[in-house]
Amino acid sequence: MAQFSLPANSKVAKGNHHAAPDTASRTKTFNIYRWSPEDDENPRIDSYEVDLDDCGPMVLDALIKIKNEVDSGLTFRRSCREGICGSCSMNVDGGNTLACLKAIDEVKGEVNIYPLPHMPVVKDLVPDLTHAYAQLTSVEPWLKTETPDPKGRERKQSPAERDELDGLWECVLCFSCTTSCPSYWWNGDRYLGPAVLLQAYRWIADSRDEFTGERLDALEDPFRLYRCHTIMNCAKTCPKGLNPGKAIGEIKKLMVQRQG
Amino acid sequence: MSAYEITDHHYDVIVVGAGGAGLRATLGMATSGLRTACITKVFPTRSHTVAAQGGIGAALNNMGEGDNWKFHMYDTVKGSDWLGDQDAIEYMCRNAIPSVIELEHYGVPFSRTEDGNIYQRPFGGHTLDYGKNIARRACAAADRTGHAILHTLYQQCLRHKAEFYVEYYAIDLIMDDNGACQGILALSMEDGSLHRFLGQRTVLATGGYGRVYFSCTSAHTCTGDGNAMALRAGLPLQDMEFVQFHPTGVYGAGVLITEGARGEGGYLTNSEGERFMERYAPTAKDLASRDVVSRAMTMEINEGRGVGPNKDHILLHLEHIDSDTLHERLPGITETARIFCGVDITREPIPVLPTVHYNMGGIPTNYHGEVLAPTKDDPNKVAHGLMAIGEAACVSVHGANRLGTNSLLDIVVFGRAAAQRASEVLTPGATLAPPSQESTDKAIERLDRMRHAKGKEKVGALRLDMQKAMQKYAAVFRSGSSLDEGVKSMDEIAGSMGELGIQDRSLVWNTDLIEALELENLMSQALVTVRSAHQRTESRGAHAHEDYPERDDENWMKHTVMWLDENNHSELGYRDVTMNTLTNEVQPVPPVARVY
Ligand SMILES: Cc1cc2nc3c(=O)[nH]c(=O)nc-3n(C[C@H](O)[C@H](O)[C@H](O)COP(=O)(O)OP(=O)(O)OC[C@H]3O[C@@H](n4cnc5c(N)ncnc54)[C@H](O)[C@@H]3O)c2cc1C
Ligand code: SF4
Ligand code: FES
Repeated sequence: MAQFSLPANSKVAKGNHHAAPDTASRTKTFNIYRWSPEDDENPRIDSYEVDLDDCGPMVLDALIKIKNEVDSGLTFRRSCREGICGSCSMNVDGGNTLACLKAIDEVKGEVNIYPLPHMPVVKDLVPDLTHAYAQLTSVEPWLKTETPDPKGRERKQSPAERDELDGLWECVLCFSCTTSCPSYWWNGDRYLGPAVLLQAYRWIADSRDEFTGERLDALEDPFRLYRCHTIMNCAKTCPKGLNPGKAIGEIKKLMVQRQG
Repeated sequence: MSAYEITDHHYDVIVVGAGGAGLRATLGMATSGLRTACITKVFPTRSHTVAAQGGIGAALNNMGEGDNWKFHMYDTVKGSDWLGDQDAIEYMCRNAIPSVIELEHYGVPFSRTEDGNIYQRPFGGHTLDYGKNIARRACAAADRTGHAILHTLYQQCLRHKAEFYVEYYAIDLIMDDNGACQGILALSMEDGSLHRFLGQRTVLATGGYGRVYFSCTSAHTCTGDGNAMALRAGLPLQDMEFVQFHPTGVYGAGVLITEGARGEGGYLTNSEGERFMERYAPTAKDLASRDVVSRAMTMEINEGRGVGPNKDHILLHLEHIDSDTLHERLPGITETARIFCGVDITREPIPVLPTVHYNMGGIPTNYHGEVLAPTKDDPNKVAHGLMAIGEAACVSVHGANRLGTNSLLDIVVFGRAAAQRASEVLTPGATLAPPSQESTDKAIERLDRMRHAKGKEKVGALRLDMQKAMQKYAAVFRSGSSLDEGVKSMDEIAGSMGELGIQDRSLVWNTDLIEALELENLMSQALVTVRSAHQRTESRGAHAHEDYPERDDENWMKHTVMWLDENNHSELGYRDVTMNTLTNEVQPVPPVARVY
């Protein structure tokens, strides 16, 4: 069998350990990926013991507690702390999720926290999402119409037509799904990935949009759409309970239908 | 300060902030041919507007009840407890209709009525016929209206190729010797580089400062950076004593349950199972204004009728509403209640508590979004080069108490107005004067001082002290003694800022540094808030003073303005409330007692 060895800078070393204070009554260990571009050191895993009796219920609460009280250098994105801004996506206990929606109690044993997989890391738990955002822009995610807007009134849309958007428009662009998809890991340069395809379908499904044909044309490509092999990690991991895999399936169905 | 290299960027307009206000302004500016840069510390769709739930107010009359923008205006003036400026309120309520229609044309996925129009639900304080009946005026996209609007505005900005600088943290305004704003200095979080953004106009759309308090519905990023930048630039903040407590924050977690939940039929009970709002507000009941409901809840708790082992909260019931309606109209809070308090809302009530939610106060502006630099002789003097919109601004359309749905409205209407104004008065591509070196050095000096701060106080600890003090002394009810204490302890806490130390000395994504800068911003706003509250010896809207329980129009129908210098000394002034309307189509609403 061939021997592979990882490049030196990709080896993850064991890092610092921060013990809980003696007064702690119920501790849990958080093992957290650390890496800074500003020193020459390899990534490491620092571990922190946190007193759960003195901490909020969510993984994000623990991260904030660590940052506030133990190690203010720990770096991650966060804002709303209620699962709506999509900032705090990361890999917790082997799955991609929003740290603010992930209850600590759901994790048995120690809590392992890594940045979203297969994305360039900026620092610690902060991934570089530039490419994913550019892919989002590439599907022209805005309403396109030819008929002029009705003067002084809204466009009409029936409740049933509006229902078609449920499960699509709620996406918070956390890219948990995209970064859990093996096809995206290997072909992310050209495959759009589940989050962006969900957005593409959100406009195809909108009864007000008049550019379905053009939108489908733009996706008719061996990579952009068809690298989806229905692995369905996306639906399993989505912390908002959405199903991008299903949306991709709908796009594929429309492609087949229009071929007649 | 030559250790830092600066990259200069020249534009017509610099917008700081990419929430609803910043994006609506950016969109309007960019489409009118002004070269516009939008600078934001978080990716646009992660701005706090994304969390808004219940709806955006506009008298579209889609529910066929004869709604009219004049009723909306009346409700807003009354809601403001007569501290709102009536010209601006007329402007907002009148322009609500085209602004919301425009949002639909942009693609906002509003919920729909049977005949295909935008769905509208009841909300607190919104009535028909000048207070007679509850109005259905809140245009809603389920209970995720902010998410729908913010994403759509971002999409429109992409469509029009607006230029964004994402994860750039604005440090301070660049001001010339005559007090005109020339732009901002910002830190790129990605690599720690410094950038000076220069333009004919700078628009602060940096949102509220809810994080001054311990328990708030606001995001961690709501640190009011723009307000603090204005203070440091020698400009005052207005009406900062008016902090809105939302009646239904989830007990413990602080996350919000929209007023739209009561709009769909939800109601509150105390430990005796009594629907106590019927006693406090016989007509509007659970849909009275937020200040009224929050006070009623606090009184119930203070009188021993709170629920739970510590009798310290209230229950919100939705379990009587049929589950299809909950699923269709309130899916977001169904999820929130399950995740944050383990409650199945189809079966059990949600434990709730009044929670800090919104800042009526902010940077004083006129209804064009132009910042005011009031002087003794000219209370409406315009500060050159600077605009402010959204929760950062105090136009003032919310006065002493904001009505639900009027903030999403405020951000789109005044984002739009600011863009209209800029396109009227600016010439695209006009040459800019060279930026002030002195002002730039001052901003860099602030950054440098913080970056090397070696004191013993941690950001997290000092922030907690401030938040606890504000929560304790400047809460739903205030009194002479609580405010005395509040002023004293905030002086002490703010005085410890010199002992702050940070641990991370790096340049890339240094959130230790950013949180320190944010803390400094929060601290100055906490001082201004508690001191403004201290001097207002009356009760009006969200400012409920136990020693002065009545509104005092004779002495206090005026805006507080407060300046703060580098040594935390404040200077106090006042501005008259504008009682006249903008046009003759509507009469001013004269002050009367506020009953719901
Ligand atoms: C949970 C919740 C629910 C709400 N529901 C409703 C509702 O149903 N209806 C309603 O009308 N109102 C509602 N509100 C109020 C309303 O959402 C806010 O007042 C409004 O969205 C504020 O918008 P904004 O654009 O002014 O600021 P924000 O959306 O807070 O945006 C601020 C922007 O400024 C940027 N920024 C800040 N500081 C800096 C800096 N130093 N450098 C660079 N960028 C910076 C941020 O990145 C962000 O882009 C709700 C509020 C909350 C908390
Ligand atoms: S579909 Fe779900 S996992 Fe994917 S980006 Fe949207 S919210 Fe995140
Ligand atoms: S902090 Fe906003 S989604 Fe987690």
